[in-house]
Amino acid sequence: MSNAITADGLRKRYGETQAVDGVSLEVQRGEFYGILGPNGAGKTTTMELLEGLREPDEGTAHLLGTPSWPRDPALLRRIGVQLQASAFFERLTAREQIRTFAALYGIEESHADGMLETVGLAEKADTREDKLSGGQAQRLSIACALVHDPELVFLDEPTTGLDPQARRNLWDLLRTINSSGRTVVLTTHYMDEAETLCDRVAVMDHGKVLRVGPPRSLVQELEVDTLEDVFLQLTGREYRE
Amino acid sequence: MRAFLNLSLAMARGLARDRAAVFFTLIFPLMFLMLFGALFKDQGVGKSDIVQVGSVKVLDGMPDKERAGLRDILEIEKTDGSAAARREALEKVRKGDADAAVFQRDGKVELRYSAADQVRSGTVRGVLNSIVQQANQRATGQPPAFALQTGAVEDETTKPIQYLTPGLLGWAVAMGGVFGSAFNLVSWRRKRILRRLWLAPISARSVVGARIGVNLITAFAQTAIFLAVASLPYYGLTLTGDWWLCLPLVVCGTLAFMSIGLLVGSFAKTEEAANGMAQLVILPMAFLSGTFFPLDNAPGWIRTVSEFLPLKHLASAMQDVLTRGESWGTALPVMGGLLLFAAVLTAIAARVFRWDAA
Repeated sequence: MSNAITADGLRKRYGETQAVDGVSLEVQRGEFYGILGPNGAGKTTTMELLEGLREPDEGTAHLLGTPSWPRDPALLRRIGVQLQASAFFERLTAREQIRTFAALYGIEESHADGMLETVGLAEKADTREDKLSGGQAQRLSIACALVHDPELVFLDEPTTGLDPQARRNLWDLLRTINSSGRTVVLTTHYMDEAETLCDRVAVMDHGKVLRVGPPRSLVQELEVDTLEDVFLQLTGREYRE
Repeated sequence: MRAFLNLSLAMARGLARDRAAVFFTLIFPLMFLMLFGALFKDQGVGKSDIVQVGSVKVLDGMPDKERAGLRDILEIEKTDGSAAARREALEKVRKGDADAAVFQRDGKVELRYSAADQVRSGTVRGVLNSIVQQANQRATGQPPAFALQTGAVEDETTKPIQYLTPGLLGWAVAMGGVFGSAFNLVSWRRKRILRRLWLAPISARSVVGARIGVNLITAFAQTAIFLAVASLPYYGLTLTGDWWLCLPLVVCGTLAFMSIGLLVGSFAKTEEAANGMAQLVILPMAFLSGTFFPLDNAPGWIRTVSEFLPLKHLASAMQDVLTRGESWGTALPVMGGLLLFAAVLTAIAARVFRWDAA
């Protein structure tokens, strides 16, 4: 069986900025994979190239054995994407949002309602998108990414801006998703998150992958105490944008 | 198909729950119609007020029958014949409180009228002249050799509501089209829904089709409400023959103005910018296209400019089919023109289209 993701020499330039500069990575099926890096490291662009949201200047990305560019609706049915900002339809309630997304994939409404329950939003079903708290909105957007039972899920900074309670609850949700056999790829700024959740992480900076491996092995390899130390050792301590 | 319907439903719900959008697309143009319709309802020259100073033989000696005939057009206020009363009467005319003053001096009937309103002074002069002529004729003791019988023909097309309804409806449809697509595009880009839809197995055709569908339903709602309100007895709109041709015109107009909205939405980065740019396009176009008032007396260059504006053609074709009894002959070329306009602008918009706000 093919890898969940095989990326080979991805490059993307925006004007003067080489946002992604030769990224190659492989993600196994069923793996929980983290992409780490400071602001402006090229994490989001890498995700977008993998997802097939943008055309790479160079290189290829294969998801589940199929190239992600050009756009392939058959492949899109098998992957789920949560975008960084909450991409919701204006003024719709939580239930209407997820039912709309379900309809885009030809999924039954009852299944959509079930997904709302899975992320613990059944009580908020009639709340409009702009009235949801940060954590609730994040959970809803993850539910919208999962509504069609994708084999491969991309999550871009899913826990940013959440309180510890919401964060822990979301971790449980992500673990559940992963343990049901789905491949999860996420970007994050939180090293503890990557350490607890990810089977393997890739540390990126300046559009390149600096190091890939299970968090624990990276800590041992660099002879430091935590993944955060690994991160700082690899990417330096200067302020980023 | 289900994706298309659900997407349409999502858009329609979002629109219906946006109070500002509902106000500006449905209520606001209707307010103009109701207001203008009421303001310009009775545009004809009403009764003329004249002040009679002292006794004026031709007026005082008028037979009752003749006096009764004048009741609807002449309101005569009598004062005594003193010099002060005459001065006061002339002052009234000068201030516009009375339309004319009439008095008798040395056997002559003297009329002083205000030159400000030529239509009214003409009326007053005509009426007074005929009164004097009839008195002269009576004085001869002979029956009149000729008699003029007059009656007004109510020309339906000159009633302001017949003009206002199609014009303002065209404006409403234009606003709905431009704002609908511009806001939708900008907001979806900012919220990254465009990106999210790219990653869903749905065709661009479904997304665009859903938006057009929602806009068309809005435009038909506008049309129905406009025609219903204007047809109330108070406003008295009378539709002519193939008035239903306004529906295909509304469809073509909606497409044309949605394409303007697409272009605006492609340039604007925020909803506020889109709002400003859309107003900048719509408002001058509405005035220059004669949707609020006719351009018959406008300078030639304005009429030339208006020939290039889609709203001008939409509004005048709407007027032609709704209230002037025209049919396919006038509607078809305009529909074709609007569709061509839509095609060209959509092609331009597609070239400058951006997925992301940055």
